Amino acid sequence: MSNSFWRTLSTHAILICGMIFMSAPVYIAFMSSTHAPETLFNEGLQYWFGGHFFETYNEVLFVEGGVMKKVTASRMLVNSMILGLGFAIGKVVISMSAAYAIVYFRFRLAVPLFWVIFMTLLLPLEVRIVPSYEVVAGLGLLNTHTGLIVPLIASATGTFFFRQFFKSVPEELLEAARLDNAGPLRFLIDILVPLSKTMIAAILIIMFVVGWNQYLWPLIMTTEETSYTIVIGIKQIYQVLSEGGELPQFQKAFALTILATLPPVLVVLVFQNWFVKGLVESEK
Amino acid sequence: MSTLTLSGVNKRYDNGAHAVRGVDMDITDGELIVFVGPSGCGKSTLLRMVAGLESITEGEMTIDGKRINETSPADRDVAMVFQNYALYPHMTVFRNMAYGLINRGMAKSDIEAKVRETAKMLRIEDFLERKPAQLSGGQRQRVAMGRAIVRSPKLFLFDEPLSNLDAKLRVQMRIEIKRLQRELGVTSIYVTHDQTEAMTLADRLAVINEGLIEQMGSPMELYSDPKTLFVASFIGSPHINLLPARFENGQLQVGDTAMAGFDALPQDVPLMLGIRPEHIAPHADGAFEISVDLVEQLGADSLIYGAVAGFNGNEPHELCVRAGEASQHLPGERIKLNFEAGRAMVFRQDSGERLI
Repeated sequence: MSNSFWRTLSTHAILICGMIFMSAPVYIAFMSSTHAPETLFNEGLQYWFGGHFFETYNEVLFVEGGVMKKVTASRMLVNSMILGLGFAIGKVVISMSAAYAIVYFRFRLAVPLFWVIFMTLLLPLEVRIVPSYEVVAGLGLLNTHTGLIVPLIASATGTFFFRQFFKSVPEELLEAARLDNAGPLRFLIDILVPLSKTMIAAILIIMFVVGWNQYLWPLIMTTEETSYTIVIGIKQIYQVLSEGGELPQFQKAFALTILATLPPVLVVLVFQNWFVKGLVESEK
Repeated sequence: MSTLTLSGVNKRYDNGAHAVRGVDMDITDGELIVFVGPSGCGKSTLLRMVAGLESITEGEMTIDGKRINETSPADRDVAMVFQNYALYPHMTVFRNMAYGLINRGMAKSDIEAKVRETAKMLRIEDFLERKPAQLSGGQRQRVAMGRAIVRSPKLFLFDEPLSNLDAKLRVQMRIEIKRLQRELGVTSIYVTHDQTEAMTLADRLAVINEGLIEQMGSPMELYSDPKTLFVASFIGSPHINLLPARFENGQLQVGDTAMAGFDALPQDVPLMLGIRPEHIAPHADGAFEISVDLVEQLGADSLIYGAVAGFNGNEPHELCVRAGEASQHLPGERIKLNFEAGRAMVFRQDSGERLI
């Protein structure tokens, strides 16, 4: 009895400490973002609400010149959304079709090819960034959404997950479908896609968050303000805000940070049921 | 409605395994043929070759006289019931049954009518909106059958469809399959490793061993007149009794006992005497003596197991006797038995060929 009491107490204490440790910076950033720039400059970080919430967020989100020279935070949010969604959907589509080909079509070198795909895990974007930039620039795709998304969507991990899942689908389903006059495309659309629904959802969520948080590639790719994503915006805002010897607008930087974290948090919160389902169970 | 002919059909895999060796077979209209054999004997491979799921290495297959070797599974117009049912888990029962019809471009109203009619016949019309996961094993089995029936195919192929059911349900479904097959009159092939299932279902059955058809015929033919040792030992429950024997001095020497009434058997060749449990009876002057090990009371009759006297220890000499209700014996008792010599069979031990 007492043993279990102390165990409960200690585990909770550890969890609470961890939670505070992880969320305190976010809390401080949010609180500070609701204060006037003078308060922040004079008194440093703030730990409770100030009176400038609407003012700051309105200026950041909607007023031209409020945060960058021209672009507003809402535009950057849209850019990030396009990157996140394009990245996630592109990855699912490409890796699913690659896995489908590898598992269901008997072509030469299917297994070696799979391992070649798998080996690209050793070549993340950071390693191949110069040639990738060269290619995208050569195609005239700098500062476009296409250029931002396409070099990122090939996914070895996604292919691997889908391959493992397809391999666990009983072969009789394919045979039954063949007898039911379903061709390869019908089988994919009518049977495999619905079966991998939860799996697709899980990968979409993970990849959306990863796509949203992309930093290096958009940083190099985007030179015009209008194609900035919000993550790049955070980086750039310090340069913009401290220009011209004015008072640094730290509350705006904090506001932008909070805005950048919100969508991924919402996505995970809303879809977490699906997410867990996709990782632990399958409908077979 | 359809006939199926196999001539010289062979299956060799890339790794050299020879799974099906020269099968010839004529299946006539409306027949229910059972392929029976131990696991790994090639019976399922042969069935899958008929379905078009495995290619045919050599030989020819025809349905209604038309060569189907190169025809795709969907165009062969055959329907298959799988061991694990292979129902589409995300589709309702209705969709499962309708899927093949939709893909064949049948009109919606026709599909609806056809599926409902079939569901009624199988008594699953109340489950049409459910998913397979919400059904019991027996109901899933019915849906799998419904999916086959609804297409009105030329051939039904059953791949061990009852092996995932419990014993009681299996007997029930076996009867139902037989009834449905009769009613619909569709030519069918049924694969099983269970000889009881094979015996009760088949119009004719083919005993398959190592890719070869050992013998094909009606269940009673195979039971009472097996051509090989393998068929004799595979068909029948409890198994046929097999005792090593030799032919010496015009008599069949079984252990210590000499049995008269056999002639023209090869000398100096190890033989095997086969006799079914029901052709042995306790008899006061019986030539064989066993000490009773175990008695199984089945109600109408009892099975007496025991070791035959007069054998040295290494050879198999266990006997099973099917005795009537009247004869009660206790373990340890020694009883004398009489064989109906006329019903006994003699096989060569080396080739398995039947001599008498």
